[in-house]
Amino acid sequence: MAQMNMLHAINEALSIEMEKNQRMVVFGEDVGHFGGVFRATSGLQEKFGRDRCFNTPLTEQGIAGFANGLASNGMTAVAEIQFADYIFPAFDQIVNESAKFRYRSGNLFDVGGLTYRTPYGGGIAGGHYHSQSPEAYFTQTPGVKVVVPRNPEQAKGLLLAAIRDPNPVIFFEPKRLYRASVGEVPEGDYEIELGKAEVVKQGTDITVLAWGAQMEIVEKACKTAEADGISCEIIDLRSLAPWDVDTVAASVKKTGRLLINHEAPLTGGFAGEIAATIQQECFLYLESPINRVCGLDTPYPLIHEKEYMPDEHKTYEAIKATVTF
Amino acid sequence: MSNATMNNDTVHRVSFLDKASLHIPILRILQADGTTYEQAILPNIDQALAEKIHDTCVFTRVLDERMLGAQRQGRISFYMTCTGEEASIIGSTAALDDGDVILAQYREHASLRYRGFTTEQFMNQMFSNEKDFGKGRQMPIHYGSKELNYQTISSPLATQIPQATGVAYGLKLQGKRNVAICYFGEGAASEGDFHAGLNMAAVLKSPTIFFCRNNGYAISTPTEEQYAGNGIASRGVGYGMHTIRVDGNDMLAVLAATQQARAYALEHNAPVLIEAMSYRLGAHSSSDDPSGYRSKEEEEKWQQHDPVKRFKLWMINKGWMDEATDAQLHEKYREEVLSAVKVAEKLPAPHIDGIIEDVFDKPTPILKKQLKELKEHINKYPNAYPKSAGRL
Repeated sequence: MAQMNMLHAINEALSIEMEKNQRMVVFGEDVGHFGGVFRATSGLQEKFGRDRCFNTPLTEQGIAGFANGLASNGMTAVAEIQFADYIFPAFDQIVNESAKFRYRSGNLFDVGGLTYRTPYGGGIAGGHYHSQSPEAYFTQTPGVKVVVPRNPEQAKGLLLAAIRDPNPVIFFEPKRLYRASVGEVPEGDYEIELGKAEVVKQGTDITVLAWGAQMEIVEKACKTAEADGISCEIIDLRSLAPWDVDTVAASVKKTGRLLINHEAPLTGGFAGEIAATIQQECFLYLESPINRVCGLDTPYPLIHEKEYMPDEHKTYEAIKATVTF
Repeated sequence: MSNATMNNDTVHRVSFLDKASLHIPILRILQADGTTYEQAILPNIDQALAEKIHDTCVFTRVLDERMLGAQRQGRISFYMTCTGEEASIIGSTAALDDGDVILAQYREHASLRYRGFTTEQFMNQMFSNEKDFGKGRQMPIHYGSKELNYQTISSPLATQIPQATGVAYGLKLQGKRNVAICYFGEGAASEGDFHAGLNMAAVLKSPTIFFCRNNGYAISTPTEEQYAGNGIASRGVGYGMHTIRVDGNDMLAVLAATQQARAYALEHNAPVLIEAMSYRLGAHSSSDDPSGYRSKEEEEKWQQHDPVKRFKLWMINKGWMDEATDAQLHEKYREEVLSAVKVAEKLPAPHIDGIIEDVFDKPTPILKKQLKELKEHINKYPNAYPKSAGRL
């Protein structure tokens, strides 16, 4: 085990797989010699050469199309989109191509070797265009997997699994935690299975579900609630597509209550999908309506970032309201 | 031929074209010592215009220096300078009519100043206070001014390029004798929107000036890793539009090219592409450190081509400027910027009610409900929301 931050853990995962898989290439804007604007790809060009880790011209649409092409012909492509806010020029290539390559060809062709890495989320004074959490646009796209890690250890294991998964994966990295989240990370190669949620804390009164950077927020809120005598079960969903209905349903059947927290706006957010499924699965077990604490239905505002965020105070209040319903 | 090519030359042996097939000269009027080339034809410029350009240069230099400092002190969260590119930005804007619409990328605050944006207005945006036209919603330097025909900056690159085509087409239909000018970098020219915007402008005959600031770097990525062709100008010819490459550090060359581009665009209802060759002397932004991707020697070499100094020397040669006046102007703006900072940073943030405004023309019922709940919540936790607590 070694102490490291999330960027370091991501860098290790990339390096491990590039070492093992000679067909893997890493590319995107500024990822080459410079190592990416956040330095997630630092040193990879020096280690593996310019053919395997390189800058692309500034075109997300091109990056995604190029990645599809590489992966469709037997390469392992790890493409960085510099900010998730800038993924939209690539939307066509991801939604109509990456996601449907296998299905439309009757499995003659696939782009399973493709992983998009992209930093998402707010809390860094990034305003509209360096703060968004666009995961729900992609969870409604059958054919791409969506994964979000919460800390360095998870990031390394999930990223290795994502790169090796035989399906295209969008790997959203919580940039607020890139340097802020430091923890023990196992050495060497390991994977964390995609599609599996993790119960990070057992409890009996309410299930509190989140992913990525919001995990530390809900953990703080639950701590406050515990002091009031409320026993919280905390789940990190980790994979949003496909998502682990069984683990969440089992927890809600035990606690009878569910609160979902995400940074993206409430309306059309992934919490709505979870709530609908869980009320179907757990209707007779529910003791209160499923609650959601999410971003406001506005673009991400700079000056009122604190007010916009589904923070620990809002989450704590929602836990209380749900438990005393 | 029906497929709209230019000529019908036929050859009977394989012969490829390459990037050298297209010869693209670079327009230079002003020499490093402030004298003009002998054969050069000067743009339309009198003393008043020259003074206004110089004044904008000095203000911009001072603003960039002071606000980068303010960012380092933690007074604002972010900043971007346009140091080294003033001639490209100001020289082109100075060729326009105030009714021409500017769609900038983000590094063109000097254009806005040229149009009359006040020091106070710059500060209000950067400090996200209640007087900011953008209501504090965007990062510093994302200015906009309806009055000055300067559309509000959006961080995503190149989105403004096809938009400029649409703006100019609309101006044409409205019968206005105005163009749209669109600024972008050579990096943004790699985006799909660049192709879409230029091709549409040429096909639909939209009077747009596409102004490419080729400044050598897209964050860390040098031009050699951005494109393999003959710059950006070669593409304009491919799209069938009038195209020119100019020395972007030569105020008179940029002014001359843009004056003529504007006249051509209006006369022919057609777009023009200008590629200005320059160098981003500063970092990409306050979040960037260029020492990770380029040498001090390279930066120092480009310091020798300072566009502001070159233009000042020309004015001095003309007897329109002297060093003492120039120094006084710097001093005046240093004081002006500093005192504007002190005022702007004390003004309160925009009221929380604004958070749900402008999502649509009117707040929807769900937004009103979210605001009501938010305010109740802030009342419970005033310490957690210092920007809005106590003034709900």
